[in-house]
Amino acid sequence: MPTIALTLTLNGKQVSAEVEPNTLLVDFLREGRGLTGTHVGCDTSQCGACVVLAGGRSVKSCTMFAFETEGLEVVTIEGLAPAVVGGELHPMQAAFREHHGLQCGFCTPGMVLSAVDLVRRHPNPDEAQVRHWLEGNICRCTGYHNIVKAVQAGGGGGS
Amino acid sequence: MSATGIGASVKRVEDHRFLIGRGRYTDDINRPGQLFAVIVRSPVAHARIAAIDAGEALAAPGVVAVYTGADMAADEVGGLPCSWLVYSKDGSEMKEPVHPPLVPDRARHVGDQVAVVIAETRAQAKAAAGLVDVDYQELPVLVTCGDAITDGAPLVWDDVPGNTCFDWEIGDKAATDAAFARADHVVRLDVVNNRLIPNAMEPRCAIGDYDPGSDLTTLYTTSQNPHVIRLLMGNFVLGIPESKLRVVAPDVGGGFGSKIFHYAEEAIVTWASRKLGRPVKWTAERSESFMSDAHGRDHVSHAELALDKEGTFLGLRVSTVANVGAYLSTFGAAVPTYLYGTLLSGCYRTPAIYCEVRAVFTNTVPVDAYRGAGRPEAAYLIERIVDEAARELGIDRVELRRRNFIPVDAFPYQTPVALEYDTGNYDATLDRALEASDWQGFAVRRQQAVGRGMLRGIGISTYVEACGLAPSNVAGQLGARAGLYESAIVRVHPTGSVTVFTGSHSHGQGHETTFAQIVSDRLGIDIEQVEVVHGDTEKIPFGMGTYGSRSLAVGGSAVVKALDKIVEKGRKIAAHTLEASAEDIEFADGEFRVAGTDRATAFADVAFSAYVPHDYPLEELEPGLEASAFYDPKNFTFPAGCHVCEVEIDPETGVVRVVAVTASDDVGIVINPMIVDGQIHGGLAQGIGQALYESCVYDESGQLLTGSYLNYCMPRAADFPFFNVGNHVTPCTHNPLGAKGVGEVGSIGVPPAVINAVLDALVPVGVTGIEMPATSEKVWRAICDAKGDAKGRAVAS
Repeated sequence: MPTIALTLTLNGKQVSAEVEPNTLLVDFLREGRGLTGTHVGCDTSQCGACVVLAGGRSVKSCTMFAFETEGLEVVTIEGLAPAVVGGELHPMQAAFREHHGLQCGFCTPGMVLSAVDLVRRHPNPDEAQVRHWLEGNICRCTGYHNIVKAVQAGGGGGS
Repeated sequence: MSATGIGASVKRVEDHRFLIGRGRYTDDINRPGQLFAVIVRSPVAHARIAAIDAGEALAAPGVVAVYTGADMAADEVGGLPCSWLVYSKDGSEMKEPVHPPLVPDRARHVGDQVAVVIAETRAQAKAAAGLVDVDYQELPVLVTCGDAITDGAPLVWDDVPGNTCFDWEIGDKAATDAAFARADHVVRLDVVNNRLIPNAMEPRCAIGDYDPGSDLTTLYTTSQNPHVIRLLMGNFVLGIPESKLRVVAPDVGGGFGSKIFHYAEEAIVTWASRKLGRPVKWTAERSESFMSDAHGRDHVSHAELALDKEGTFLGLRVSTVANVGAYLSTFGAAVPTYLYGTLLSGCYRTPAIYCEVRAVFTNTVPVDAYRGAGRPEAAYLIERIVDEAARELGIDRVELRRRNFIPVDAFPYQTPVALEYDTGNYDATLDRALEASDWQGFAVRRQQAVGRGMLRGIGISTYVEACGLAPSNVAGQLGARAGLYESAIVRVHPTGSVTVFTGSHSHGQGHETTFAQIVSDRLGIDIEQVEVVHGDTEKIPFGMGTYGSRSLAVGGSAVVKALDKIVEKGRKIAAHTLEASAEDIEFADGEFRVAGTDRATAFADVAFSAYVPHDYPLEELEPGLEASAFYDPKNFTFPAGCHVCEVEIDPETGVVRVVAVTASDDVGIVINPMIVDGQIHGGLAQGIGQALYESCVYDESGQLLTGSYLNYCMPRAADFPFFNVGNHVTPCTHNPLGAKGVGEVGSIGVPPAVINAVLDALVPVGVTGIEMPATSEKVWRAICDAKGDAKGRAVAS
């Protein structure tokens, strides 16, 4: 299969790669770049475990081809905070920890990145806004209770 | 209470790695030289496999091997075992057909494993799997409990007459019949407990990795109990001794029971890796999870409750048909029997109970434990019929419950269905729930809803569950083929930091925090000094893993037992260094102290002495400070509580909106309130999901209609309000932590509260019954029927 030359900014660094035209962004991230924080939880673009930021917007990386990120800035969960000893968490990550917004952790990267996009668009979202926004992110552990609290806190408002 | 000890809402230790994307789930692991497996699954529910032609697949790019059931049979691979033996009423053993990992001659459900294609890449394996040509000669199909027990029904297994796996009973039939004979009222109810698909967010995954150099085989797998998998697969399926088989269950993305069981794919990749000398990886796509993860529930029951004039329960008679699917899964026989029939006393003093359960094979995915496992089915049946009794007898439903509660002074209480409850206070949890839910204020809220054109209802339920599985001798008498203790090793390092190795497994429950809190509390050291290791048979002692809300009550107790040994040895070491008698040494707040003096030595100094024994009682004690313990519980634990749900229904659309949920639970002593609340939230969401949204649906030909998130309704954030949760504590009387367990209470307690609320809203408009899930369609049809409006039926036909 012919490949496509791809250049993007991935977690702050410029990356070039040859990708097959049918390579999904999530496979490029997980298998091509070893960024396994982005998860695959379904095959119908419902669960949101694979959400990343592309061009500042939250997208489901299972529903986007890698080549579509040409020239974009892509941020995965690994790129949200510096991964060094003593590295501080992003305020949304910190809010999820503070409010026990995660249990098994599998949906968490997608939840956090989706929430980052929400509060960028709507600072200080109310409960209904958060719950509605998370329509595309499924969590089986938390009953969403503490996720909603975390997102509100991470967005500067709420409890 | 220390800042990180028992009772503190310590932030979770494990969160950091998950939040920065450095969790390590099975699919994140890739081994050098790894191949990829794709399973060829049966597209039909029941068929004879006349022939398999793998020629074209074998010739496809990248394909290394295609194996079938015949290949596994040639290697004398065994069947997937069931770990529980149940006897029928007549004393005969349950029917236990062999369940080969790859089926050689007959497929028995959609998704059954027929062949495996192994290739260099996942894409190559997937493409080639489509080229395997299987000649399916279709056979008649059974889907439901009703199908299976129909006279003359076709057979899932030719040698299992009536499709009956077992016909089990519990309780005193004669005493129960006598109770009914003298009853003033008998209330009858048919209930269906809908089949669910667990849907942990991480799909299952397994990597077999055989090292020809060491002859050591490693299985990385999404499991709740790696040692159990090693025992079952090593001993019964593949014949690999424990010493040569390592099972690693790394970070696991949720289980809810569905990752307890030994699955075919684990054996397939392990066996294939040993044949090929290369690692073999399989990862489920979600659509495969739907048709291969064990399902839950699926009971059809008839219940009868006998009462006297005052509403005192005299007897309960239950007849249940339980669908076990096409094969007996690992716990498939235990769930509809010893985890169900034994719970039918609930919170009540019902003096006579008799229950019979006929378990039937069908052409569906095996049914096994899913969050609550048998206990939600019991609680749902009891709490539905109690509400029904209250309606029929015109007794207030809260009062009827109170009148029949086991009173506080009756504990320990022996039920007529085998269990002895150690402790509880059902009035206390009920009172708390009524107050927190503003039960009294409901009439006003209902009136306000009427003004908006809405139907508002409130429902209540109580429950008892038995968890903390289990006293091994009792479990053995009940047919368990394993012990049900738990293990721990506490290793104190030279400078006083501690590593705990536990046989329990965390897949979201937060053991790395909670277990560390126990150590922090008992040794008086900060939680940052404690590391908790689980999930790798090469590191941890043999243990039974995590299910049935057993981790803290059983696994935590094992940790306590090992810590006690550490302290006991530390006392002797301190006695030596402080020149005192060991009997005079007290241990508190991280210090060994000569009682009544200021002579003391810190825990870390004692640890250092143990590893640098220059001034040490070497003639009496070995150096080192490490202890292991196995804890076998004395009894089950009995969390209990009361849940209240309030709903509003739009009569025009049938949409049920959950307005408020109150959970008042007694889970015993709480180690970390934040984590406990989180467990209850999650359980409530799954319970409400069962009551309102989720249901596994097969069509008559056995095709799974709910095979993806497009048609199996997973609850979303907007489906719930914030939950109102709280505890009333009566400590467990027989384990050192006083803990009972919390993992399942939400999913056990809340479904009947939801349905009772829905019926409370609908009975005034003439609806007499509704089954789970109470979807908008079902509710709308029920309202139309009640109004005599043909609209609902017309659309249905």
